[in-house]
Amino acid sequence: MKLVTAIVKPFKVEDVKAALQAQGVNGMTVSDAAGYGRQGGHVEVYRGAEYTVDLVPKVRIEALINDSDVAKVVDAIVAAAKTGKIGDGKVWVIPVEDAVRVRTGEHGAEAV
Amino acid sequence: MPEISAGDTAWVLVSAALVLLMTAPGLALFYGGMVRAKSTLNMMMMSFGALFVVGIIWVVFGYSVAFGPALDAGSFLGDPSAYFGLNGLLNTSAMALNGGYYPIPATAFIVFQAMFAVITVALISGAIADRARFGTWLVFAAIWVTIVYLPIARAVFYFGDQDANGGGFIATKIGALDFAGGTAVHINAGAAGLALALVLGKRIGFGKMLLRPSNLPLVMIGAGLLWFGWFGFNAGSALGANGLAGVAFVNTISATCAAALGWLLVERLRDGHATSLGAASGIVAGLVAITPACAFVDTAGALSIGVIAGVLTALAVGLKYRFGYDDSLDVVGVHLVGGLVGTILIGFFGTKSVNEFSVDGLFYGGGASQLVKQIQAALIVMIFSFVVTYILGTILSKTIGFRVSKDEELEGVDIVLQAESAYDLVDSSKGSSKGKSA
Repeated sequence: MKLVTAIVKPFKVEDVKAALQAQGVNGMTVSDAAGYGRQGGHVEVYRGAEYTVDLVPKVRIEALINDSDVAKVVDAIVAAAKTGKIGDGKVWVIPVEDAVRVRTGEHGAEAV
Repeated sequence: MPEISAGDTAWVLVSAALVLLMTAPGLALFYGGMVRAKSTLNMMMMSFGALFVVGIIWVVFGYSVAFGPALDAGSFLGDPSAYFGLNGLLNTSAMALNGGYYPIPATAFIVFQAMFAVITVALISGAIADRARFGTWLVFAAIWVTIVYLPIARAVFYFGDQDANGGGFIATKIGALDFAGGTAVHINAGAAGLALALVLGKRIGFGKMLLRPSNLPLVMIGAGLLWFGWFGFNAGSALGANGLAGVAFVNTISATCAAALGWLLVERLRDGHATSLGAASGIVAGLVAITPACAFVDTAGALSIGVIAGVLTALAVGLKYRFGYDDSLDVVGVHLVGGLVGTILIGFFGTKSVNEFSVDGLFYGGGASQLVKQIQAALIVMIFSFVVTYILGTILSKTIGFRVSKDEELEGVDIVLQAESAYDLVDSSKGSSKGKSA
């Protein structure tokens, strides 16, 4: 079992969600995030005072995926989130030891 | 004694309510949206708090000191005991008296002037956003309105008894023109704001951290409400439903539009973008500048005052970074500078063509004598307000304390002082309740 985490542009969330559903992924956690990579931030001006806003709004999507599906799920996310412009985000995969479905108490792959 | 005019009375009563709307919620929203989310409620409460405190002082002794018979001959103050608790005025037959009787009840004039005192105090709060103790602010409001606003209001707005004897020295001795309070309200509040900003010191992170506005839509709503209320402030100062009110009303539109565009033009050229905060700020700058002049200038004058005020205030708000004083919401840049612009430009743009009580200014063939009077009045109010406010602020700081602690400031004054949060947009359960008062 793996945890796939994707940081994507906010307006790409719906596309990524649809792509994940098409891959049979039935659950995910979505949260607002802020950060920076190569894109950097932007400049805002209030009454002539310049502020550099370094942390750009992004959305973090997390899903638990069974090992056999990880490669195609990651590919699907990347395809859905890509615009080709700087700031498209990042996807990474880390191993997960166990997971439990709270309602039933099922463990491991059954709980995904 | 004149008969009560129903039309005049209705207009002055409505104008008083409009000026109330400027403070609560107009100014409260304008300021509240301009601070960070952790200070919004406290910022709004400073406006409302000024209303509560000054509203009481006005009816107890404030009106009497500002508009009552002189304490003794040649005094700068009215006798607080004359109309103590509005004694003798809070009835259906007393008429408004200010250098002669007006055909409106005394009560209408009292409540209209009360709202001027309230907003003057509330305006100051923008200079000390995010860091002032609420209790000390209320104490400051009470003392400041008594020792700074009342004497200045008398000097500028009081035209004497029924025979026009004993009027305020700026209004009658110097003979400066200030229709609705460029000196008494805006220069006064701006100079006081500068003094308090210096006494309290800079916010943590001033000039380094992101101290940007949390809610510009609130600022835009506040600016719109201020403008709406300002028709009562300016046109209501005619104290009648008449041509003078109409002149003031029209100029309150034209100057303000010109100021907003002037501010946006500066931003577009200097920063590259015309911002919503710039529009809201330009509106207020234009309203401030036309306040003293609104009944004394023609359309060319109003448009000129507006655009000059918009451009100069847009440039002036940057001064605090250069000189290192944290006038957080630009009470100095907008109200002091805007007030000076409007007050002084009467000396250039004043014209008798709109109002027989006006004076022809430098550009209308009247010479420089009125200009000198305008500058004198502006300087007197500015210096008196700054000096007395600085002393008062320092005394309050050293005794009961004016500024919250560093930890409290970082936590945010909404939580620390009001025990509330302005925003909870996620509506998730983050805590528990005892289901009873603490």
